Amino acid sequence: MIKQWFKSGEPWVWLNAAAVSANLILVVGLFTLIAVRGLGHFWPAQVVEYGYKDKDGIATVIVGEVVDTVVLSAQQAKDANYEILAGGDSLEQRLIKTGNRDTTGMDFHWIEQQRISGETYPADMLVVERREWGNFYGRLVAVKEQGKTIASGAQAWPIAEQKLQTALELFEEIDKMQQKDVGAINYALERLRLKQKKLQLKNQWDDNAKQELAAQEAEYKQQYQSLQGELAKLNEKIALDSIVVKEASGKEVEIPMSKTVRIYQPNEMNVFAKILHYGEKVVEFVSDDPREANTEGGIFPAIFGTVMMVMVMAVIVTPLGVVAAVYMREYAKQGFLTRLIRIAVNNLAGVPSIVYGVFGLGFFVYILGGNIDRLFFPESLPAPVFGTPGLLWSSLTLALLTLPVVIVSTEEGLSRIPKAIREGSLALGATKAETLWRTILPMASPAIMTGLILAVARAAGEVAPLMLVGVVKLAPTLPLDGNFPYMHFDRKFMHLGFHIYDVGFQSPNVEAARPLVYSTALLLVLVIIGLNMTAISIRNHLREKYRALDN
Amino acid sequence: MADITHIQKNMSSTLTPAGYYQRWRLIKDTLARHTVVVGGLGIIGAIVLIFFYLLYAVFPLFLPAHSETVASYSVPEKSLGKTLLLAEEEQNEVGVRFTDQGKAVFFAVKTGKTLLNESIALPENTQVTSFAQGDFANGIVVYGLSDGRAVVVSHQYTLSYPNNVRVITPSIDYPLGKEPLLIDNKGKALEKIAFKKGDDVSTFVAKTADQRMILTSFEKKSAMFGEEPTLERIDAELKTPAKDVAYILINKDHNNLYLASSTGLLSYFDIGDKAAPVLKQQINVLEAGSKITSMDFLNGDLSVLVGDSHGVISQWSMIRDAKNQSAMQKLRFFKASENPIIAINPEARRKGFIAVDSTGEVGIYYTTSERELIKESVANAAPVALALSPRANSFLLEGANNQIHVWQVENEHPEISIKSLWQKVWYESHSEPEYIWQSSSASNDFEPKMSLTPLVFGTLKAAFYAMLIATPLALMGAIYTAYFMAPAMRLYVKPGIELMGALPTVILGFLAGLWLAPMVELNLAALFSLLMFLPLSVMLFAYCWQRFLPKDYKEKVPEGWDAAILVPVLLLGAWLSVQLSIPLENLFFNGNMRSWFSHELGIGYDQRNALIVGLAMGFAVIPTIFSIAEDAIFSVPKHLTIGSLALGATPWQTMVRVVLLTASPGIFSAIMIGLGRAIGETMIVLMATGNTPVMDLSVFQGMRTLSANIGVEMPESEVDSTHYRVLFLAALVLFMFTFVFNTLAEVIRQRLRQKYSSL
Repeated sequence: MIKQWFKSGEPWVWLNAAAVSANLILVVGLFTLIAVRGLGHFWPAQVVEYGYKDKDGIATVIVGEVVDTVVLSAQQAKDANYEILAGGDSLEQRLIKTGNRDTTGMDFHWIEQQRISGETYPADMLVVERREWGNFYGRLVAVKEQGKTIASGAQAWPIAEQKLQTALELFEEIDKMQQKDVGAINYALERLRLKQKKLQLKNQWDDNAKQELAAQEAEYKQQYQSLQGELAKLNEKIALDSIVVKEASGKEVEIPMSKTVRIYQPNEMNVFAKILHYGEKVVEFVSDDPREANTEGGIFPAIFGTVMMVMVMAVIVTPLGVVAAVYMREYAKQGFLTRLIRIAVNNLAGVPSIVYGVFGLGFFVYILGGNIDRLFFPESLPAPVFGTPGLLWSSLTLALLTLPVVIVSTEEGLSRIPKAIREGSLALGATKAETLWRTILPMASPAIMTGLILAVARAAGEVAPLMLVGVVKLAPTLPLDGNFPYMHFDRKFMHLGFHIYDVGFQSPNVEAARPLVYSTALLLVLVIIGLNMTAISIRNHLREKYRALDN
Repeated sequence: MADITHIQKNMSSTLTPAGYYQRWRLIKDTLARHTVVVGGLGIIGAIVLIFFYLLYAVFPLFLPAHSETVASYSVPEKSLGKTLLLAEEEQNEVGVRFTDQGKAVFFAVKTGKTLLNESIALPENTQVTSFAQGDFANGIVVYGLSDGRAVVVSHQYTLSYPNNVRVITPSIDYPLGKEPLLIDNKGKALEKIAFKKGDDVSTFVAKTADQRMILTSFEKKSAMFGEEPTLERIDAELKTPAKDVAYILINKDHNNLYLASSTGLLSYFDIGDKAAPVLKQQINVLEAGSKITSMDFLNGDLSVLVGDSHGVISQWSMIRDAKNQSAMQKLRFFKASENPIIAINPEARRKGFIAVDSTGEVGIYYTTSERELIKESVANAAPVALALSPRANSFLLEGANNQIHVWQVENEHPEISIKSLWQKVWYESHSEPEYIWQSSSASNDFEPKMSLTPLVFGTLKAAFYAMLIATPLALMGAIYTAYFMAPAMRLYVKPGIELMGALPTVILGFLAGLWLAPMVELNLAALFSLLMFLPLSVMLFAYCWQRFLPKDYKEKVPEGWDAAILVPVLLLGAWLSVQLSIPLENLFFNGNMRSWFSHELGIGYDQRNALIVGLAMGFAVIPTIFSIAEDAIFSVPKHLTIGSLALGATPWQTMVRVVLLTASPGIFSAIMIGLGRAIGETMIVLMATGNTPVMDLSVFQGMRTLSANIGVEMPESEVDSTHYRVLFLAALVLFMFTFVFNTLAEVIRQRLRQKYSSL
């Protein structure tokens, strides 16, 4: 019976079906994993207080958020030199984010569940998000102004919240001034320096020029002085307030308000407060600059850099791809040459992305960029302008990388346009170029769009070549800002994909960075899936349309 | 069309406004055509450009070295004595000649004009009896005198830029003081001498006129309270017959001493304890009948180069064997000439050297790549002195006819040869020839080891495991989706799986490295149990479904929706397998599979290993293979399958005998493209392996791939250096790999398309 069943081949069909199901489970499982981990990060976790007796029998109190749990079997625990207390057949370990890195040296601790003696969630547990040293967990003791206690005990909390609000406003003002105004002056001074060098190189550095530049420089310096004065005043003001927090060991720590981003008591929050908190965190994530070596704060520069790079790339890749596809479909005779081009396109699609990176670095950056510097920017040598990895070269490299995507998609679109339309246009006396421009390309535009979207999706997720041609872990300035010429093609930029690699693998504090990496990954996946879905739906729509046209 | 253009041309010749317009239209048309043609051919241009640019960057690695004569002049200040040593400074502008009369003559390298003529402070009533170079890099030399004393001199150069012109001012200095140091307590003449100066220790070894070998060292003892440091002197005598000693070498760490007789007996002493030198080994380094005619260290002082009277230069190094015993062993030799090798000079920064034979033929060699780079006849008779410049881009040779010959050398990448890239190389102080990739080292003493073999091995290993996981899943999925699945379900499944391909690999790599790797490490048994029991549980379910389920229920599930039913079955099967793995692990693997592997089988376990890479990269490759294979199977003409079914074949028989056979080229090309992708993938391997370039087939060990290696090292490599070019070579190798796979795949696909259109 079984033999016959096997002979019919049915089991193999089922096995094949199982492969499809397995693939589907993998896809869905992966997206779920990223989504759950990525979304969970922003939810305010309960802060737990454990009574704990460590290996040497010393009793301590551990306060923090439970981040991870791992269960080891008895044998695994034994092999890893853990001792299992009486009666257990497995060992549960918990990873606790205990924060307070400045006082304890470590902000993550592994503890064993079997040694926990008590577990409470005190309502007055305070979480302080700081600009340095990570989170602080403890109980609020007092609020101070100029070193004098102005509130303590139960009144401390509302006053602290109020003081934080003013401090945050001040901080924003200072930050804006430093980033924008001081940054602009520095940029202008640098341009003056280059201008002077340029004039010297051209032998036009005479007294006139000297005077003019000196006057400008003096003006900028004066502006700078006055800004510095204002900044000093603001800094004085923000340094006034502080809060005093008592950590689990009983030690009291004073945290200045200027170093505080957020304070909250998660154990006391209700669902609405938590949702509000969640929303705030999400907004911070997508709109703020990173803090603490990229492990905290937002990823705005990475989003911005990715978008900029992809946009420049799109501008480059579209015409190239469309022209190539038009040639293959409309101009070339189908034969050896088109076959050769198809092979070339397929190879372009199949060459490993890192090879594009190597090519981009060697050819675009060092050869093209180096020569541009020599010809157009002699004044800034030996410091390179375009002869170093940057936005333009990244876009160009990725344009080359995504070219096949645009070609293939455009070609498909062109091949679906019925011949009658071309012939009709030619018969009415239009030249081939006019036919192309007025009828064919407009009809193929959704296909071009599809190709472009797919190219953008591919480029947004590509990291390997970018590591060589322009991405950095932390860019001090965005590629687009208020300083002339506004769009800085030569600048290095941050990128979502590289951010994931860098924060996940190069960060000094991987544990702290991990949730942020999941969130970044989720954002990237959402963007790319969204783009792909759009492309697919445009394509399907297009196919429907042409089917109607054919009939 | 041609007619129309003709008419339009006629119209335009009348030059009415409409005619202008027509002409403009034509011009536009021509312009557009040219642009489009250029653009289209540009695609071929792009791929050719990438290839040739990579080739262009790699090419200099394999260019032969080149040398040419620059000048030739008679020895400056010939009357001041015979040359003992020639040397050049860093910029190849100033040379120096130390003579047996205790003079240092500095001269311009280009012209031979004397720049400075210094007398070394030698005590009166003494003669120079021996001379040696103390330290190549710092320009230190030592004169041994007839009264048992020695003078240490260094030649130095200061750079200054008056009026933006570089001026090099030579001078001499006495690093151990102007007063000669007493080396032999008995005051006998020093017949042979060797010297090394360290930061705190200075070591002299000398052969005295009464045939003793003495070891004298001075150690700087830093005194407290900022007083002048005092020199502590240690004397020792080497218990060895001194009569035959012709060559003495002390290494720069001041703990090894090599003595050699001209008959070929090399003695190695451990002089770590200066008071009690120990003879460790004596070995004959020559073939019978030859004599040692020159000897020197290779840069780094880890191996000794011995030149003999038959023109053979051999490299000997201290090798630790399996029993941790060290002994001198011959690593390699060069047959440089038929005549005796008169002088050997090592390069200052690389593992190359220059040698000259008694006929004045100069050769430049590189040890690790075993290349003979330059061979030129420079002087016609027995040369007196040879000097290689610190940057190894120029050399001086004083011939017997009192002529100094200046040559320029262009030798950028001597360390690369086909052998050093792809074959085993015996590196200094390694116990055997090995494949090693280690592109940077802490100092010049250790050379970069650039064997691409471990990287290619790692690339293929990663690709192999990825394909092992991806191919069955993707092909089986493609077969089912294209042939058995209900069209309504296919509409969603196909793009769903293809969407996987759009997932950035950096995310897969990150999940593999930070989530999958620790999880697999903890639950290794569960993973194996999944691989074993999942297919079984599917079979079991299928059997029960078809055999025991009442027909009414079966028919409720429309045909081609089996995959949907199997999703819960698989999930349940997975859960069961994981549950089952715990008792199985306890039963067969002592409760911990990982330690069982390492204790019972001796297989080590890396957390980020080939298994993880296989899983993650397999995941990345599945959509590529799936999509192309599915297309190939789906486009098999329907009349073929219908015919087969009509003849009574079961669907599975039709699948295997007709459809798969017809679509096999397409499936092959799918696998090729998948393989190409697996070979070139960077981020996953970068994040999911330990990136250690080991050559180990074990599934539990990591690897380093070509692509990850480029990603890691490219940003730090110096432009146009050997390392940079070797990385380009790695990229070129990757390019070639994928080019072959992709071209093959595309050609097959084009064939297939033609075949289908004829069917």
